[in-house]
Amino acid sequence: MSQLDEGPAYLGAASESLAECTISEPERTPPRYQIVDADGSYDESQVPAIGDEELIDLYRWMVLQQVVDDRMVKLQRRGEMGTYASVRGQEASVVGCAFALEDDDWLFPYGREGAAELIQGMPLRDLLLYWRGVEDANKQAANNTFPPAIAIGTHIPVGVGFAWGMRLDDDDAIAALYHGDGHPSTGEYQAGVNFGSVVDAPALLFCPNNGYSISASFEQQTRAKSVAQKGIAWGIDGIRVDGNDVLAVYDAVKTAREHVADGNPTIVEAVTYRLDAHTTNDDPSRYRDQAEVDWWEDREPVGRFESFLQQRGVWDDIDPAAIREEANEQFDEAKAAADAFEKRDVSEMFEYLYDDLPPELERQLKDFESFLEARPDAYDYIEHRPKG
Amino acid sequence: MNATLVEAVNDALRVAMADDDHVVVYGEDVAQQGGVFRATEGLKDEYGGERVLDTPITEIAIAGSAVGLAMRGYRPVAEIQFSGFIPPAFNQLVSMASRIRWRTRGELTAPMVIRAPYGGGVRALEHHSESLEAAYAHIPGLQVVVPSTPADTKGLLLSAIRDPDPVLVLEPKRLYRSFRDEVPEGEHTVPIGEAAVRTEGEDITVISWGATMPDTLAAAETLEEERDVSIEVIDLRSISPLDRETVLESVRKTGRAAIVHEAAKTGGFAAELVATINEGALMHLEAPVGRITGFDVPMPMLAMEDFYLPNPPRIEEGIKDVLDGEGGV
Ligand SMILES: Cc1ncc(C[n+]2csc(CCOP(=O)(O)OP(=O)(O)O)c2C)c(N)n1
Repeated sequence: MSQLDEGPAYLGAASESLAECTISEPERTPPRYQIVDADGSYDESQVPAIGDEELIDLYRWMVLQQVVDDRMVKLQRRGEMGTYASVRGQEASVVGCAFALEDDDWLFPYGREGAAELIQGMPLRDLLLYWRGVEDANKQAANNTFPPAIAIGTHIPVGVGFAWGMRLDDDDAIAALYHGDGHPSTGEYQAGVNFGSVVDAPALLFCPNNGYSISASFEQQTRAKSVAQKGIAWGIDGIRVDGNDVLAVYDAVKTAREHVADGNPTIVEAVTYRLDAHTTNDDPSRYRDQAEVDWWEDREPVGRFESFLQQRGVWDDIDPAAIREEANEQFDEAKAAADAFEKRDVSEMFEYLYDDLPPELERQLKDFESFLEARPDAYDYIEHRPKG
Repeated sequence: MNATLVEAVNDALRVAMADDDHVVVYGEDVAQQGGVFRATEGLKDEYGGERVLDTPITEIAIAGSAVGLAMRGYRPVAEIQFSGFIPPAFNQLVSMASRIRWRTRGELTAPMVIRAPYGGGVRALEHHSESLEAAYAHIPGLQVVVPSTPADTKGLLLSAIRDPDPVLVLEPKRLYRSFRDEVPEGEHTVPIGEAAVRTEGEDITVISWGATMPDTLAAAETLEEERDVSIEVIDLRSISPLDRETVLESVRKTGRAAIVHEAAKTGGFAAELVATINEGALMHLEAPVGRITGFDVPMPMLAMEDFYLPNPPRIEEGIKDVLDGEGGV
């Protein structure tokens, strides 16, 4: 009763000022949290408590992401890989967040975060197989990783539900839902995040804002100045962080993670830039200027972290050429393993749809197998069909 | 002019935009970039940013706003980047687009077009290769056309843009650039709801549309040589409304029929055709009607997609089964 004396919670105080009652878009783009600036300098007191070994690990993961992107694109050009989405320029965002997660946390990727999947424990071979269009690559449950959500936004409500289940189980883990800056435009995102706020889902909405959704700039995607501020409408917090500063991303996500684990979904927007094309099918010169790319190239995250490591005195303990060499060897091995991956027979299309194969599917499979036996030329046809 | 299928899309849009300044083209990446398949290339330069525009990523609002614009007298031609992303727009198609005229008793209408590349075979990512045409054809009030040649693409798209009611145009992206063919310059329409007989024949009617047409024609040609039979191949072009007469007339003549589509078998559009044939030509059948389709599984990612897609050898075997079949009435 006493509560009602003050009126229902959503009523708010009365005010004679229309201005006071107007909730406005911020006038300026909200700032982004930064520890290491573009030339690698930093304020000692700001650096998170993190050992040299871990600093070197962060560096290794970012280099691996660079090597993976470079080699995947080359393989695609040679016809040995499907369409590939490079992460170049976003290494600090992808790695910084993944590195801040705990062992039991789950990753819900959307496709542009290879290193995050690898940090979860996914074998590099499987990353290659995924981009070669092999469904078996999606068997990553043991690595607490869901298959990438290529249909934009579809993983947001699902990840929220999964996180909700974690809370119901009194689990300490959270779900990290990676997504691009185009995702908040979808209904799935808006409905999913709002729902998450109501059920107190321990879901981290991690958004590397790389400035583009294919050709659409962030300004074309929304009139909002940031992704982080969108949380306000759903009653949750948003944090903006410099996505090219791996320490800032790591620190922000570590902090956010605690809050999330208490049942407060949180958006972390890592402000960054996609230096490569959207995918290997894309020609970015159609929608952005080289000058802009150059501006960001000068601020790319791996070089920035190298300067930090130099100024920190850790660089002397590192053989960067050896780290790069090692990453290339890892890729060679993964490529050899992917090449050697036994293609299974056509039954794999039918196998996993239901717990038990229904009679009609069994019949379709049998018919198809007899067809392939009767018409082995179908294999030749498939091999020689011009591929788009 | 000699054009690919995707160039024919572009040409139709140009003709429509020049002809009617209420035609507005929009969707993800269609303006600045000219579309991921370049279907809308050059339109923004020619017609400006108010008539050709890039939208945020929301198929819900792309489809829903088209209904609103159309009710205001505009002629929206919205692109859904891949038909695999129509599902979020499904609610707007079912609950709004298809029933505006009906629920307002003719007071308001939604003359709008949604274009979407559909089908597999281009080594795309997951969700980029589906064929769900039967689901869309099941929505009363929504017309669904699926061209297979450059000329029909231009003609059907232009008819769709001028049509007083909503039309979904599914463009077979596997055929976007696979061949060139003659396309009439300037004005050229193909009536919605009219099938085309591609080759005339006496022994069996083979029906298909869109992406599987070239493979169906190739299979028919191989069989005609191999077996001394003559095959009538029908390209439906529109699946809603369906040209029942052309189908039934042909089956009454040949007494046999096979249907080819890329979509999964169960509940696929072939089922509607079998029912149509049963209703109108059952007594003429000399064998059960055959279906050569995708399997009842999701469209696999690229490593297996070719095993899912019907191919000429599979179509040949399916047609042979019907030719050899017995058990008609
Ligand atoms: C529902 C849906 N619509 C359209 C697409 C096509 N598409 C693929 S990626 C993309 C842009 C994504 O942009 P963003 O969210 O900013 O992530 P980024 O790719 O820049 O990392 C689009 C429109 C899709 N995959 N899913």
